[in-house]
Amino acid sequence: MDGVLHVLTAADLDAVCRPWTCVSRSFPGMVSPEQRPLAKDRAIYQGEPVAIVLARSRATAEDALERIEVAWNELPAVASLSRALDSDAPLVHPDLKSNLSWQTDIKTELADVTFAKAALVVSERLVFARKTGVPLESRGVLADYDATMGSLLVHISHQMPHQLQLHLADFLNLAPVDVRVVCNDVGGAFGIKMHVYQDEIAVCAASKLVGRPVKFIADRIESLISDVHAREHIIEARMALDDSGKILGFDVDDIQGLGAYSVFPRSSITEAMSALRAVGGPYRFDNYHASLRAVLQNKTMTGQYRSVGHPIACVMTESLIDIAARKRNEDPLELRRRNFVRADELPWVSPQGARMVDLSHERCLDKMIELIDLTALRLQIDAMRAESRIVGLGFASFLEFTATGAAGYGRAEIQVASIDTVVVTLEPSGEVRAQCSASEIGQGIQQGLTQIVADAVGVRAENVRVFLGDTAAAPHGGGAWSSRGAAITGEAAWGAGRRLREQIIATAAALLQASAAELDIRRGRIVDIASGADRIGLDEIARIATFHGYDLPDGTSPQLTASHQYGREADPFLPTNGIQASLVEIERDTGIVRLLKHWVVGDCGRVINPLLVDEQIRGGVIQGIGEALFECCRYDEHGQFTSGSLADYLLPMAVEMPDIVVGHVETPYSGSLLGAKGAGEAGTCGAAAAVLNAVNDALAPFDARVSALPVTPVSVLYALGVITDATIQ
Amino acid sequence: MKPARFGYARPETLGEALALLAKHGSDAAILAGGQSLMPMLNLRMATPAILIDINDIPDLDTIADRNNQIIVGARVRHNDALHSPLLTASNSLLIHALPSVAHAAIRNRGTLGGSLALADPAAELPACAVCLGAEIAVVSQRGERVIPASDFFQGLYATALEPDEMITRVAFPLLDATWHVGFDEVARRSGDFAIAALALAVKVVDHRITECRIAFAGVENHARRLPEVETALTGSLIADLPVRGAASEVLTNVLEPLEEGQYPTSYRRYLAQVLLDRLLARISRQVHT
Repeated sequence: MDGVLHVLTAADLDAVCRPWTCVSRSFPGMVSPEQRPLAKDRAIYQGEPVAIVLARSRATAEDALERIEVAWNELPAVASLSRALDSDAPLVHPDLKSNLSWQTDIKTELADVTFAKAALVVSERLVFARKTGVPLESRGVLADYDATMGSLLVHISHQMPHQLQLHLADFLNLAPVDVRVVCNDVGGAFGIKMHVYQDEIAVCAASKLVGRPVKFIADRIESLISDVHAREHIIEARMALDDSGKILGFDVDDIQGLGAYSVFPRSSITEAMSALRAVGGPYRFDNYHASLRAVLQNKTMTGQYRSVGHPIACVMTESLIDIAARKRNEDPLELRRRNFVRADELPWVSPQGARMVDLSHERCLDKMIELIDLTALRLQIDAMRAESRIVGLGFASFLEFTATGAAGYGRAEIQVASIDTVVVTLEPSGEVRAQCSASEIGQGIQQGLTQIVADAVGVRAENVRVFLGDTAAAPHGGGAWSSRGAAITGEAAWGAGRRLREQIIATAAALLQASAAELDIRRGRIVDIASGADRIGLDEIARIATFHGYDLPDGTSPQLTASHQYGREADPFLPTNGIQASLVEIERDTGIVRLLKHWVVGDCGRVINPLLVDEQIRGGVIQGIGEALFECCRYDEHGQFTSGSLADYLLPMAVEMPDIVVGHVETPYSGSLLGAKGAGEAGTCGAAAAVLNAVNDALAPFDARVSALPVTPVSVLYALGVITDATIQ
Repeated sequence: MKPARFGYARPETLGEALALLAKHGSDAAILAGGQSLMPMLNLRMATPAILIDINDIPDLDTIADRNNQIIVGARVRHNDALHSPLLTASNSLLIHALPSVAHAAIRNRGTLGGSLALADPAAELPACAVCLGAEIAVVSQRGERVIPASDFFQGLYATALEPDEMITRVAFPLLDATWHVGFDEVARRSGDFAIAALALAVKVVDHRITECRIAFAGVENHARRLPEVETALTGSLIADLPVRGAASEVLTNVLEPLEEGQYPTSYRRYLAQVLLDRLLARISRQVHT
């Protein structure tokens, strides 16, 4: 066809690209078969790339795609999570014995006895539907292999340029230093863009094979069907309490849907393990039992997505708390307060082995009560109920582990960096340039780092430029994941900035024949530390040091670049906390849930930029609301994806969203200088639980309850007994 | 999501457009507002050989008052209809329904004729046209036909329109002051396609329903009148709750709800009853104040 250059299949790419397999030391024995860029002989899920057309335009390539004839032989598929482990279920991969990828069972010694003897045991079965991230900009890649240099330049919408650099070098048999990955503005990511995607590897392999630049931009249908999905779980959860209403323990059985493979490199199972680590997070309890079965399906892979696993832990914990409070006929906030891990008990190690430090559950609750004016709000709700309105108020205390340290993936033998390095330079103009191994994915970390560097050096923020997301521009580091920017990259930026400040002052002291101890940098100028008297500008020092070194005293050797590498070995998962509240009204006629208002009190340690933190929280809440009420990746029983457009995949839209009030408590992390912790995922962590509790509070007077996300109008009316047949046709 | 290659023509007269339609027939697609056609092209669900862009043809976007009818041109944009003084002054059902049609940006481009020709089962305007007994004028080189709305819609995305025909105008009867109209819709999010919507017109004399017109959108595979339900209501007092309950029973028996992925048919049946009750109650309140 005119304009079509190549049509490639798995056999073609085998020549330049080796297959890969997800292996994690943390999940020994996990079953996840080998993957390659294009399906070979057998496609496992709808959305798996089968062939590539390289053409001069996307339109021509789509014309050519229509002329590819695949001799499909339709095989039975398993989509349903509850069916995947049945003995007669079709096998996702024919060579395997079953669809079970991995299972684990974690139990404290006295768990069984505790549940047997408890004064009260409450339980709930919770079903979580798959959702996905839907970043505004879809995934996209432009790969350019240079055969003369043996080098590969990749522009890609991705969160972890350095991580991808290692994988590309490995798969395509290149030296890592010859692979440059550039991630400029990525247009949102939410965890969706931290995985290895078959189509992206195929594009890079195709460039190496044909020796010319190759571009692929996923359209919205391709995004919805191939971006990792997340959060498909069926959970049976129990909580034991003594007769004074103190929590004794949790017992959780989790079945998690992985899709066709455990996603490379981090493994889909990380989500479930993250959830199980955070169960009961805000509360003090001694006994714990969790069992997990991670299951393969003929569906798109699931993977890490904003607040990885925590919303599941939060929904189950906070549902059980509200159920227990109702059983005990007490205020759910009192039950929470009684059981919080108190500030004076810290540090405390949870039964899951997580070290809890620098938390503020009680203060966050106090602040929330003040923020919502609880007494007045409860009267208002009574008045609305007196008018026959179906209204509910729900709370969710949350605990989220952020800014994962070295032990997280290090011990799993997965090459994911938890460190960051920042290199700062005083430019000849007196401006400061910072090169960072973090990535800007729309979360605003570029601005946060700008402020940190400016404060550390002593210059105005407008005179600092921060560069991110390019393997050629910064040493190896983590990129954007696990709300790590402020807590890890920020700490590196602070360290580098302070070092540069000392170096500049040393040069200034030599030039001014003063003692370094007498000098300071303020607003880009060297001043006398005591009087504040102006001595010289940084621009002048930079100019002399760069162009007129002979004007400096002998032996000065000015150093205008400083770097700092920071990683955290202690506290592999940095805990943060907060509480959310949601006020909802259920439309009696239609079962539709209307969101009246939402509140968040979060403690992310030191807040560096309040505007960015607040808006991150708001955006996160909206995604949590999506999880609670709207978003769902639906499949039919044959594994056919039925949510392939934004008309079918319901995103939360502005009109339906409530006002979101945000408050802060600041408990700095005691293990770092800045004291910052993760902030960007906190909104998502607790929002779905707060909304679900609000819906169930509204339904409680009718003895009705919903326990599947998203809550749909059909499920609400079914719970209310208004419609009796909720079977989807 | 790039369309297959297509030809493009932008005729300046109706005659030229009809000649093109006569030549290309079902290989042609008419481009007016493009709010459904463009996505269908990009998804390659539609692969016409030629697009006939009718945006330069004069006189297709007028709204006029003639012979106790309001004549709305096929290319009238939804927002122009919504803000039309003539439609507003006559309290047209369209004024009640149009705010539910998608979002403002779509209403700026989308057209009446486009919506009717597509016959999406969840679209609001076909239900309005059926409810009001509108007459849809279609034209081809073979001449003009005027098709009653209830004959025009024939099934899921299926109409009486022949491949060489295009809609030119729609005549909506002007209703006198004894008629009360209402429109209501249930959708998960503002601007979404209706899960269920109802266009209702009732003639009330001395608090009694003397005539009644009911058409749903989103519930069945195309908009149609429901004579059994209309009969159940006619003759009764507008405020008569038992009659309303009986009509609701009839409604649930005559509906054949769409079987579509997300919602069980029981939900659509239930919503249809809710909407009928809501609108009758609303009109009853109007009558009694």
